[in-house]
Order: sequence, then C-alpha cells, then structure tokens
Amino acid sequence: MELRFTDEERAFREEVRSWIDANLPAETRERMASGRTPTKAMQVDWQKRLYAQGWAVPHWPVEWGGQPWSAIKRFILSEEIQSTPAPSPLGFNCNMLGPVLIAFGTDEQKKHFLPKLASLDLWFCQGFSEPGAGSDLASLKCAAKREGDHYIVNGQKTWTTLAQHADWIFLLVRTDAGAAKQQEGISFLLVDMKTPGITVRPIITIDGAHEVNEVFFDDVKVPMANLVGTENRGWDCAKFLLSNERTGQARVGASKERIRRLKLIAKETPGGARPVMEDPRFRSRLTDVEVQLKALEMTTLRVLADENRALSQRKPNPASSVLKIRGTELQQAISELYVMAAGPYGLAAPHDPEADGRNEPDVAADWQTLAQATYFNWRKQSIYGGSTEIQKNIMAKAFLGL
Amino acid sequence: MDFDLSEDQRLLQDSLAKLLKDKYGFEQRKAYLKSETGWSREVWAAFADLGLLGMPFAEDDGGLGYGAVETMIVMEQMGRALTLEPFVSTVVLGGGFLRHGATPEQRSALVPMIAEGKLLMAFAHTEQQSRFDLHDVATTAKKDGDGWVIEGRKGVVVHGDTADQLVVTARISGGRRDRDGIGVFLVPADATGVTRRGFRTSDGQRAADITFDAVKVDAAAELQGGLALVERVADEAIAALGAEAIGCMEAAKDLTIDYLKTRKQFGRPIGSFQSLQHRAAEMMVCLEQARSMAMLAAMMASERNDDERRRNMRAVKIEIGRNARFVGQQTIQMHGGIAMTMEYAGGHYLKRLTVIENMFGDMDHHLAALSEEGGVFVAA
Repeated sequence: MELRFTDEERAFREEVRSWIDANLPAETRERMASGRTPTKAMQVDWQKRLYAQGWAVPHWPVEWGGQPWSAIKRFILSEEIQSTPAPSPLGFNCNMLGPVLIAFGTDEQKKHFLPKLASLDLWFCQGFSEPGAGSDLASLKCAAKREGDHYIVNGQKTWTTLAQHADWIFLLVRTDAGAAKQQEGISFLLVDMKTPGITVRPIITIDGAHEVNEVFFDDVKVPMANLVGTENRGWDCAKFLLSNERTGQARVGASKERIRRLKLIAKETPGGARPVMEDPRFRSRLTDVEVQLKALEMTTLRVLADENRALSQRKPNPASSVLKIRGTELQQAISELYVMAAGPYGLAAPHDPEADGRNEPDVAADWQTLAQATYFNWRKQSIYGGSTEIQKNIMAKAFLGL
Repeated sequence: MDFDLSEDQRLLQDSLAKLLKDKYGFEQRKAYLKSETGWSREVWAAFADLGLLGMPFAEDDGGLGYGAVETMIVMEQMGRALTLEPFVSTVVLGGGFLRHGATPEQRSALVPMIAEGKLLMAFAHTEQQSRFDLHDVATTAKKDGDGWVIEGRKGVVVHGDTADQLVVTARISGGRRDRDGIGVFLVPADATGVTRRGFRTSDGQRAADITFDAVKVDAAAELQGGLALVERVADEAIAALGAEAIGCMEAAKDLTIDYLKTRKQFGRPIGSFQSLQHRAAEMMVCLEQARSMAMLAAMMASERNDDERRRNMRAVKIEIGRNARFVGQQTIQMHGGIAMTMEYAGGHYLKRLTVIENMFGDMDHHLAALSEEGGVFVAA
C-alpha cells in the first residue's frame, strides 16, 4: 500500500498547471471563476487547445487520440482543469459517445466521428430522457421505423442539455414496440440536428438559465449507417455509457476550487460586524463540508487506483457508488454556503445577458448575484445521471444483495 | 498510489483474523469482559506470539519496524472482534511515546518487554477541567534534585488500572493552558504516591482515575518533546482508533444486512422494503467514506509537517465520527428491539463506536479547531 502521489505524478501535475496557465485565455478563466458556464466559443476554443496538446481524451485508446496513462494521471489532469478553473472537455463527446463508438461503432463511424468528437468539430448532445421516461429510462417511446435505407424518427426528448449548441444528437429510440421486455427493442442512433423535422424548444430552469431543451422529431429521416451497434440492442450501449460516468461525477477538483474561492471572498465579505469568514457558525459549516470533500477525494483515488488494475482482476467496487451520491450532495452543500456568504445581496438576480429576463444592471459582485442561481441550478445534481434514489436502489441490489 | 495490501500485509491480516475467530467469539468476549482485568491475558500472550506487540518499534529496538498501514490493518480486525485488550494503550500510545520521545537506553529497556507481552502501558493525560484540550494540564512536575516530583490527578486513563508504566503529562512551567512548559514522564504504576481507582467505561472496557501524591521519579523518567510529542502520539492514536472504528462499522453493517435478509415482517424479508434498502445503502456510503479517511490517517501518521498532519487528523476524526454515528445508530434502528439488548452484538458496536468518537476529541472539538486553523483546503 502506497498512499502518496509519486514524484512523477507530482511533476506531471506541475506540467499541467503551467501549461494551463500559459494557454487558458484570461476571458475564459474569469468567466469560469465567477461561477458561470463557458460560452460555446470558449468551450470549443479551449477543447481545441487541449486536443492539440493530446489532452482532450486521454482515457481513449491511443490509436484514437488517447494517452497510455494510469487512471491516477488522468485524474490529475482533470483535477487541474477543474480547479483552475477551465472548461472540462465536453462530456457528451468525450465521456459518453466516444467510448460507446469505440466499443460498438463501425470502422467508418469511428474514423469519421472520433476525431471530430475529440476536437469538438462536432458538438453532440444526448437524447435519452423523455417526458414519461426519466429514472425509468427503458420505458422510452420515441420511435424509429425502418423505411428503405433510412429510419423515420417520431417522438420527443426532453432535458436535452445544450441542444441549442449541438450539431448532432445521440438518441435512444424504440425500434421494436412489440419486444418482450422494455429494455429490448431499443436502438442507438446518431442524428444530424440540421435534419428537417427536428425542433428544439428551450426549457428555462428555475435559475433563469437556458441549459436544457425539449427536442421534437417529426418524420426525421436518419440513414441506416447512423445506427450504432445492433438494431434493438441499443440498451447495451446505454448501459455501457452510463457505467462510464462514475468517477467524473464526484467533481472533487471543481468543488475544491469552489471552496478555496469561497474562503477568499468570505474573508472580504461583510457579514455584519465582521467578515463572514469570521462567523464561527459559517466557518464551522464550511469546514464540515470540506472534511466530507476530503473523504470523497480519497474515495475517488481508491476507485481510480482500482481502475488501474487489469480488467480481469477488477471487482465491483462499492466505493464507486459513493461518488455520485456524495459528490452531488457536496456540490449542493457548497452552493448553499455561497448563498449564506452572499447574504442580502444574494437576493439580487444575476445580470447574465444570456439568461432569460435576468438582464439586470450590475448591483453586486458576480459571485453574490450568482449564488442563489447556482444553488437553484444545482438541485439538479441529485436528479440527473441516475438520481440519488436510483443509485441507492442499485447499491442495495448489487452490493448488499437486498 | 496503490491501495492494495502487500503479501506480508495480507498475511498479517489473515493470521490475526484467524486468531480472533478462534479466541474472540461473542460468548468468549463476554467471559473476558467479566474477568477481573476486563480482558484476556491469554489473548494478549497470543498477540505477543503473533508479533503484534512489537510491531511499530524499530528492529534495532527489538521490534518489527512496521508502519501505520500495518497498525490500520490490525486495528480494523480488532474493531470487528470488539477486542478488549490494551493494544492502543500499550502499543500505539505507550509505543508512540517511546518511539518518538525516549532515549535509546529507555527503549532498549522497555521495548523487548512490551513485545513479549510483559509490560503494559497507559497514557494518563485527561484531567477534570481539560475536556479534549491536550495543552490543558494542571498536574505539576517540580524539579527535585536530579529528579522530579509529580502532583495531580488524571482521569479516564484507559487501561490505567492494569498498566505497569504510565505516561503522565505534567506542567513544568507556565499557566494551566500554555502550550509551552508541558513535560511528559514515565511513571511506574507502583511508584509511591500513585493511587488508582479502576472503573468500567460505557462500552464495558476498563479505565482508571489516578492520583499522584508527591510521586518521585528520577531524571531519566522524562521523555523529550513536550506538547508536540503528545500531539504526534495522539494523532497516531486517532489513526489507530479510526481503523478500529472501520472494523466495528463493517461488522455492524454485515450484521444488519444479514438481519434485513432473514427477518420477516408483513410476510416478507424487511430488506425488501425500499426505505430500509436506502438506509442500508447510506450505511455503505458512510462506511466507504470513513474507510477513505482511515487510509488518509495511515498516510498522514508519518507526515513530517506537524500542521499538515494535525489538520488532516482532525478531518479524519470528524468524518469517521460522523459516519460511525450513523452506522451505529442505524444498526440499532434496523434491527429493532433485539439490538437494544446486551445479549446481541449490534448494540455493542454502537457503544464501542461512541467511545471511539469521544476519545481524543469529539467532532465538535475538532471541527472548531480545524475551522480555526483554516480548514482542509487552504486558500491561496
């Protein structure tokens, strides 16, 4: 048992840090530091820089642009990106669709799509959820019927994150309505968002932001060549994709950055007679969250060290189930601490010109006006990507045998 | 970074697990509890045979030269079995003071005796007013020729009633709560002027109140390092107790899951009810988070930067305490009445976890101190 980073790992962290310092545009860094999401242009520009450096998709096979790194080394890179803070490579492309294509795609699909996914020449979004199929994803209804060498897609997707930016969408569709089990008769399709018959309608969330959308499909023609894997076996792709999400969901690097930043601003922020940071109740709540985050950091490293093992030696690791549940709880808890720190000025709505109806003049510091918006927004964390309740169901069955 | 046990470490774990399986069934444990010492001399001798008692000492001093990871492995097994022997008092605390504060002469005199199971130690620190503050010391040590005279009273000295040597903190100079001026002394338990009154702790283990009435010790009795020594050894004890808590939590969780699968209500196993499944899953989340902290503690036990070590150990104490409390409480809740009884192991895990939670500082104590010290993730 060796519980410290090696000299090589520490040197790599320094290398990443100075590369990010030299390459991240100041404007992007400032926007990220204020707690906003990057603009599309910022996201694309930054991912292209990472791609040129060979760091956009280090977890992919080397032949598709990956790096022969240990899981720990990949963790160091992503932690440094999160804690700068800089935009992380687009998850839909790099963590979701890319690995699915590598595992299930045809040679043509791999050659055509993988480089574009890694470089963000194509921006993908995810079409899984439907109004009637959330946690019970397999009950989805959006249908694709074969007609010659095409599928004709009809139906609706919802909660489609950043569909407004997307060039393409990967879809789960029902190709056999008569299948014996819900999980059967589902297929995985890639669809160009410019195809006639697709309508994207924004959903404005309670924080006033436009992040998610409804996407409607009305007789949308999709070439057969865009089927990933086997027809009616799309659930295999979906399961594979969802199981790949684990360690990223803890977002320990991002939460550490948020905490460090909060400490700095809370030292300067009036909390009545003295700065907020000097209020023992605030400080003790903050420390309590930090302690849990430290434990989560260790848990993440344990899971990563496990992933360094050869596949044949790996056992299901109960620690991996902790990441989504605690990771999201802690992100939510940190957002509450920002609200506490912001105090009365936290009541002012953000003046983000891109947000719906929130184009107010500057009345307080960005972090203050964003505190409640972020708190509202992050309630989603324990819902999407498998709600906390779904995670616990899985744990009770898979690890506890209940 | 590597979280796997080495071959030797696995061997250590397996041989101790086997020993405890043979010697530490729940009924056997009851008998040890009822005995005069409150623990088993026979098991202690078996620990010595296995090499456990000389574990952390340097090979030159007659030990095995093992580190904090090995202590973690051993303590986790002891937690599972709810052992009663003075391993933490003698090997972790006593051993820690000898390793970090004693002269080679002191070590060569005492370490082989500890390793053979012939010398028991206890750490006499807590006082009535001190709560968990390591620097709050009213007991005094006054120069007397070449030696010292110790005067004062110590409380809740774990295993103090059976110890042969006491490690005693006493104020040499300064005010009661000063960080400077604290001396650490080795005092034989049979020295003139030492009076001990043994009692049981809430988990059935043994402790003592000890008064020192003009107790004379010679110059060689003083260990070097003052409060920094005390803090370092306390941190090693926090790491060891944290690992013990993991063993308790793991065993309590296993007990609970078995129960959920077998106990029927409303015509089906209670483990089929989602509300209990979710709580069982939460127990597992707590256990894994606590386990991560026990590993952090093993990693930090040898950290050379005192502040860094202290801050992390406080985090360990807080997080293991929080999660242990949840696991202990849910063990009782999900078992129902049976775990409220002395005849069932479930409640005993809660009791041990509660004692551990309150040793070397409770959650609030460390939370207040840690937030004062700038937290875990220091801002630029």
